[in-house]
Amino acid sequence: MTAPFLDGSGGTTALIAAIVIGIAFGWTLERAGLGSARKLTGQFYFTDLTVFKVMFSAILVAMLGAFWLGRIGVLDLSRVYVPETFLLPQLIGGVVFGAGFVVAGLCPGTSCVAAATGRVDGLFVVLGMFSGVLVAGLAFAPLLSFYESTSRGSLTLPQLTHIPYGVIVFAIVAIALAGFRVAEFIERRAS
Amino acid sequence: MSEERGRPYADPYVAGAALGLVLLAAYVVMGRGLGASGAFASGAAGIVAAASPDRAQANPYFARYLGGRGPWLDWLLFEIMGVFIGGYLSALAAGRIRREIERGPHMSSRARLGTAFAGGTIMGLGAVLARGCTSGLALTGGALLSVGSWVFIMSAFAAAYLFAPLMKRAWR
Repeated sequence: MTAPFLDGSGGTTALIAAIVIGIAFGWTLERAGLGSARKLTGQFYFTDLTVFKVMFSAILVAMLGAFWLGRIGVLDLSRVYVPETFLLPQLIGGVVFGAGFVVAGLCPGTSCVAAATGRVDGLFVVLGMFSGVLVAGLAFAPLLSFYESTSRGSLTLPQLTHIPYGVIVFAIVAIALAGFRVAEFIERRAS
Repeated sequence: MSEERGRPYADPYVAGAALGLVLLAAYVVMGRGLGASGAFASGAAGIVAAASPDRAQANPYFARYLGGRGPWLDWLLFEIMGVFIGGYLSALAAGRIRREIERGPHMSSRARLGTAFAGGTIMGLGAVLARGCTSGLALTGGALLSVGSWVFIMSAFAAAYLFAPLMKRAWR
């Protein structure tokens, strides 16, 4: 049997898996200290680069895991959902999101962890997120044409550049490892 | 303000690798990654649908959350409940549960709650436009080499660094 096992399932087993995966997700975010807004914002003042280190370690492990499990035939990558590309909405949405991130000090996932560990500011980020999504959703009509623009489907970097999958994976690993060294250097200088 | 509370946090590379394994497990089990903002969207769709079913169905953003078993049985909504539970349990085990308003040294509690809510609202708008956030778009799609995910990672970090000096008084 080839993974993924429960793709496309909305059944009770999938919802139980959702809770289990969510618990592990929340646990690792909290362990890393990412439920703390002051720790997170250290990223943007070059004092604490935990956000970069955690995020890129996670991307490396998941990227290498998906690549190798696909290569040995355990995981059917064609059945793993790749977030679709909409160039301009994701560029502009990213700018808006990044601005909100540095104001809030937490991102949507980490705000849930902050709230769960007693931080009232985390709860307010959760409530703000909710109101933002609600308002944007209710006022969606004028945004619709922009939202649907520059659609590229499930486009990946190997498809875009015609560079083999394994070469891109190797390049991202190399860039991230260099980035970790730079991050350690920056933190040593800040302390 | 916040002093270190409870036991120290884990090594970021170890915690990050563990997070990567969780993400990989989501690919292997579910054929999809992690997420956060999608759960908010589903909840918002559920509330709009409860208030006005016709309006929710007519709304192109909320309507797609109303299919399947409905917005309240959405996969991401259950996953995000897990995030609350997992975050709580981890902090409990490490003695890090404390009721507080975490803020910079020059900021009042009230102002901090204001920036938290305002920042959350701005992020919500950004996540709607981009179709995801740090979890569902950046992490999940980044590791699968989605072009849009890498565009989002670059633009979100660039914007955060661009706006950080304006928020310096709030955090440092």
